[in-house]
Amino acid sequence: MSAVHGGYYLPDPTKWPTITSMGLFLLALGFILNLHYLAPGLWLMIAGAGVIVLMMFAWFGQVATESEAGKYDAQVDTSFRMGMGWFIFSEIMFFGAFFGALFYARVLSVPWIAGDEFLWPGFEATWPTAGPAGAAYIGPDAHDVAAGTFSSIGAFGIPLINTLLLLTSSVTVTIAHWALKKNQRGPLCFWLFVTVVLGAAFMYFQVYEYIEAYRHLGLTLGSGVYGATFFMLTGFHGFHVTVGAIILAVILVRCLKGHFKPDEHFGFEGAAWYWHFVDTVWVGLFIFVYIL
Amino acid sequence: MTTAVADHHHDEVPKGITRWLFTTNHKDIGTLYLWFSFIMFLVGGAMALVIRAELFMPGLQVVNPHFYNQMVTVHALVMIFGAVMPGFVGFANWMLPMMIGAPDMALPRLNNWSFWLLPFATTLLITSLFVPGGGPAAGWTIYPPLSIQGGMGVDLTIFTIHILGMSSILGAINIIATILNMRAPGMTLLKMPLFVWTWVITAFLLIAAMPVLAGAVTMLLTDRHFGTAFFSAAGGGDPVMFQHIFWFFGHPEVYILILPAFGIISQVIPTFSRKPLFGYTSMVFATAAIAFLSFIVWAHHMYTVGMPLSGELFFMYSTMLIAIPTGVKVFNWLATMWRGSMTFETPMLYAIATVALFTVGGLTGLMMAITPADFQYHDTYFIVAHFHYVIFCGSVLAMFSGVYYWLPKWTGHMYDETLGKVHFWLTVISFNITFFPQHFLGFAGMPRRIPDYSLQFAEFNMVSSIGGFILGFSQLILLWVVIKSIRGGKKATAEVWDNPEGLEWTVPSPAPYHTFATAPEVR
Repeated sequence: MSAVHGGYYLPDPTKWPTITSMGLFLLALGFILNLHYLAPGLWLMIAGAGVIVLMMFAWFGQVATESEAGKYDAQVDTSFRMGMGWFIFSEIMFFGAFFGALFYARVLSVPWIAGDEFLWPGFEATWPTAGPAGAAYIGPDAHDVAAGTFSSIGAFGIPLINTLLLLTSSVTVTIAHWALKKNQRGPLCFWLFVTVVLGAAFMYFQVYEYIEAYRHLGLTLGSGVYGATFFMLTGFHGFHVTVGAIILAVILVRCLKGHFKPDEHFGFEGAAWYWHFVDTVWVGLFIFVYIL
Repeated sequence: MTTAVADHHHDEVPKGITRWLFTTNHKDIGTLYLWFSFIMFLVGGAMALVIRAELFMPGLQVVNPHFYNQMVTVHALVMIFGAVMPGFVGFANWMLPMMIGAPDMALPRLNNWSFWLLPFATTLLITSLFVPGGGPAAGWTIYPPLSIQGGMGVDLTIFTIHILGMSSILGAINIIATILNMRAPGMTLLKMPLFVWTWVITAFLLIAAMPVLAGAVTMLLTDRHFGTAFFSAAGGGDPVMFQHIFWFFGHPEVYILILPAFGIISQVIPTFSRKPLFGYTSMVFATAAIAFLSFIVWAHHMYTVGMPLSGELFFMYSTMLIAIPTGVKVFNWLATMWRGSMTFETPMLYAIATVALFTVGGLTGLMMAITPADFQYHDTYFIVAHFHYVIFCGSVLAMFSGVYYWLPKWTGHMYDETLGKVHFWLTVISFNITFFPQHFLGFAGMPRRIPDYSLQFAEFNMVSSIGGFILGFSQLILLWVVIKSIRGGKKATAEVWDNPEGLEWTVPSPAPYHTFATAPEVR
């Protein structure tokens, strides 16, 4: 039970944020101990992750319940919209750091290293490169490379398929949104389900591509600055797709339960915004990591 | 003012520890932030005293060089991320909803989370001092390759920064949503108090800059443990790239530390000059201009690293441009005081000291903006003097000003004016004893982050250390003043001061647990 102050919903004291902070602390500490091969690390990580998952059910569940109970007015809705919008902006800046690293390496640091004849004699500025001390690059999609060389993933195989998958999923989530606005529950759930499936298919191909890279292409996180930027950019993007797909799946469950109204459904829209955001980042990846 | 609505139990103040652990009330969370900030201020201050004790005399007496470097690093991290940033968020939490006539922050649960991330994060940081290999020792800028070679302490620092960054981003999102969405009817953007304006711009800087730092430290982590080569030339990367990414965060960060301070003294100076703020609109636009410029000046921290000449020139000119909006601000503060019927209560003393001494730091900053001149100053004590003049005299003195200004509103009691003035004079005089000689040390060539020094630097260092210890222990007076004001003292009126402007002065002192349940009318 909470009081309504001037219409704006103010929640009662809540235990979940504090507990979440504790979970995050355990997760971080466990991860660090793990990095240094200290025994309790894994258990702390599991405990921390468990706390965070529990929080998501409890805290977010509470928000969904309050929302369905009609406690949020238009002003609360605007707060949520601003919150989600600025959160996505912070995510864009996070990816910006890694795109910045990619551009810096390609445009500045690699040519600089190659430019000075005394620094690394014989090193040519190319892209991809694993750097003067790294493995040699032998062109895209060369299978079962020899030791000391690496290959890269060509843009117009799996990455193109993945681009089509994600772009299509952005369309299907919009179709679902239209259906929700017209209160057509059947098409809403169907197209949302299709979106989640497309997201899962994207992740399947992405994992397949990683296995290929490690097993057959000699392309790993350790493949110099190319491997670093390639895996960190696509890896963080893949993580965001996974999170986005989970969010959409939760929204699907809520749709199946009959949540959301044609004119009041920010939970759905927030998830859709996030999905369009990961889609947009992918377009950037496809252009700057795979094609160019 | 606060007509109780519907459900009365909400207006009762919860009791016990869970009040603080689980609170969603902006005033409680503001109090938590402010106390946390003050504790961190003392912790970081204690580390500063370790540094000053070691530098009291040439040679190595107190600590070993590795621990000295850890103190230098953790002192800075604790002060920036633990004391100054949370301190201003504490002010934001307490004051913003009252200044704009809102019932609370826009996202109260998120608000609780933003705070409770902090103690856990700083626990990780302090823990780093006790693990094998010790804490981070590469300076707060954690440049590779030094930070890549460090032990577990660096990993603890990386995750501290991640969690503190989450806290800042979430807090900033909440502040933006509050300011843009929760204003009372009639409170148009250009009627907002300047503290509100500076915070909305600061929040934007936080959301834009903190994720970039998260990216940078993530790259450090993978370079340390997962074989990536972002910062290794052998793999085609570049250690200088870290500096670019770091300072793309780092320069907006220093304005994150100073803009809310500008906001506070823009509230205080008009009150004690008994005149409205001079040039309100130009203040708003100057703040926005400073925020914009903060994103295109970052490499002025890196003049000596080896950049193309065009880069050096671009960053030199763009940096010098910052003097224009900052000059507008200083001019406006002076013009506000001009021919005002001024009185000099403690908040006003601190505000005037902020203007005067921040300007000293601003002018040394202008000197360092000049690339060829900076080749002499870089990595010397001149830099140390400069950033303490801007961060201590800008941010911290402004926070002191704000504490004295709003303390009667928070506690309902006037603070002890005599003690406040003693605190002021001790702080300001000892600060200058500590840091003014460091300008000369820097000119003479004393490098920063080194525990030992040549004999010719001995006198100034001894003076500086004596000043440092007076400065450190003087802060206990503030603790005393605050506790005294919480426990009792002369009852404060709703207005507290002589006809001050702002909605916060229309509610009783102490401010009720919930204010503006129904929005006030702003004309």
